[in-house]
Amino acid sequence: MQKLELHNVIKRFGNNTVCNGINLNVEQGQMVCLIGASGAGKSTLLRCINLLEPIEDGEIFLDGKDISLPGLNPQSVRSKIGMVFQSFNLFPHMTAFENAILAPKRTSGISKSQLNFEIEMLFERFDLAERMHNYPDQLSGGQQQRVAIVRALAMKPEVMLFDEITSALDPQLVGEVLDVLLQLKNQGMTMVLATHEMQFARQAADKICFLKDGKIVEEGSATEIFNRPKKAATKAFLTRALK
Amino acid sequence: MTRREHYEQQQRRKSLIIAAISTIFVVVAVIIFVPMTPGWEKVQKSFFNATVLAKTFPKLLDAFKVNIMIFAWSAPAIAVLGLMIALARDAKAPALFPLRIFGAAFTDIFRGVPVILTVYLIGFGIPGLGLPRPWNSPFIWGSLALILTYSAYVAEIFRAGIDSVHPSQRSAALSLGLSERQVMRDVILPQAVRNVVPSQMNMLIALQKDVSLLSFIGPVEIFRQAGVYKSLFANFTPYVGAAIIFLIVTIPATRYADYLMARQMRERR
Repeated sequence: MQKLELHNVIKRFGNNTVCNGINLNVEQGQMVCLIGASGAGKSTLLRCINLLEPIEDGEIFLDGKDISLPGLNPQSVRSKIGMVFQSFNLFPHMTAFENAILAPKRTSGISKSQLNFEIEMLFERFDLAERMHNYPDQLSGGQQQRVAIVRALAMKPEVMLFDEITSALDPQLVGEVLDVLLQLKNQGMTMVLATHEMQFARQAADKICFLKDGKIVEEGSATEIFNRPKKAATKAFLTRALK
Repeated sequence: MTRREHYEQQQRRKSLIIAAISTIFVVVAVIIFVPMTPGWEKVQKSFFNATVLAKTFPKLLDAFKVNIMIFAWSAPAIAVLGLMIALARDAKAPALFPLRIFGAAFTDIFRGVPVILTVYLIGFGIPGLGLPRPWNSPFIWGSLALILTYSAYVAEIFRAGIDSVHPSQRSAALSLGLSERQVMRDVILPQAVRNVVPSQMNMLIALQKDVSLLSFIGPVEIFRQAGVYKSLFANFTPYVGAAIIFLIVTIPATRYADYLMARQMRERR
């Protein structure tokens, strides 16, 4: 059974079809990268998987269970699927630590001392212990994004979604964030990334999907997509992206 | 000194001189021309009479305690009711639809009617029902009128504050598995309230002044007390005294509100 499975997912905003019949399988522990031009539907697809956007048609399965069922309470699904955003979206009125502990404190029922300990360990693991009690505006972009990742991990998700998480960062800060992704991959996390970091996708992804106009035009391993793309559209995109 | 600093210093000196000259010109004009008006002597006697001021000022200060009292219990009630109405107007659950309608009607009505009319209608109307003491007190119903009117405005400001929090904050909070309610309470509201503190400060200042409207239905607060002394001394100076007392409170408060506003603008930049 696939960890995450998308069947013919369709998402429209008014007359604008953003996801036009997307099929995608993600295995346990796999890192899948979604590539494609801006507006191809990568971000929207991730938002649909996290039920932030209701889909018009199709199904989304997590561990074989249909999570796109209309009327389903999205909260339990979202606590299993973590998401990190392009613009960090940290809560500016809370310290990094408070950002991370908020959701588990409200939903998990774990004792406060145990929770404190767990979150501290998490900050330590990602080398942020020193910055734990700083407010977001006291942190660099790279640190903020790493805190956002820690915040998502604090809910102990089974799948993580990353929406162009390095796009808003200065080039010299991109590395530290990508290192966190590699660290997670090594620990066996199931991940779906929308990304413009072609070199990273090429080195780290187990599977790459090229999206265009709301459809997955081509998918395959990094070698297949980057070295032997079959579709003209994929070739054209990569030529431009790798320039 | 660099060229630029030298130039800027020159400019500063120039504008300082121009400002000084124009200020002196206006002040001198006022000092010369106002006393030349035919009624100046009478006005001076009846509005700026030092003896009357000295006699009435302490009593006016006493009466001002009534204003402070009414203000002190109305302001928290307004904050709570205003926030509740703002939340009611944003309620999404279908079962809360009546609440939404109520919130909209409430703000429409109490923002649409002049404060003094609301004070009259509630302040005279409800005690007219023949309620027993103390429930016929104009203090209670007058305060209620203020509370209702100001809650309507305060609610709209809170709503603007809630709208000012970027939707991405909501997405992020929801994606963590928080419920709509938790998202509002823990993430949206704290930011929204912080954003509207300066605007709400201005509402407080306005409320402080509007407490005087209750004098029309009974309570002897400062404006009413000044009126009593006006009749007693046949002199308007007590009103000037009352104005001075208001200014002692409102000027620091407005300055503080302006300071908060300016600080927020700096932070946004």
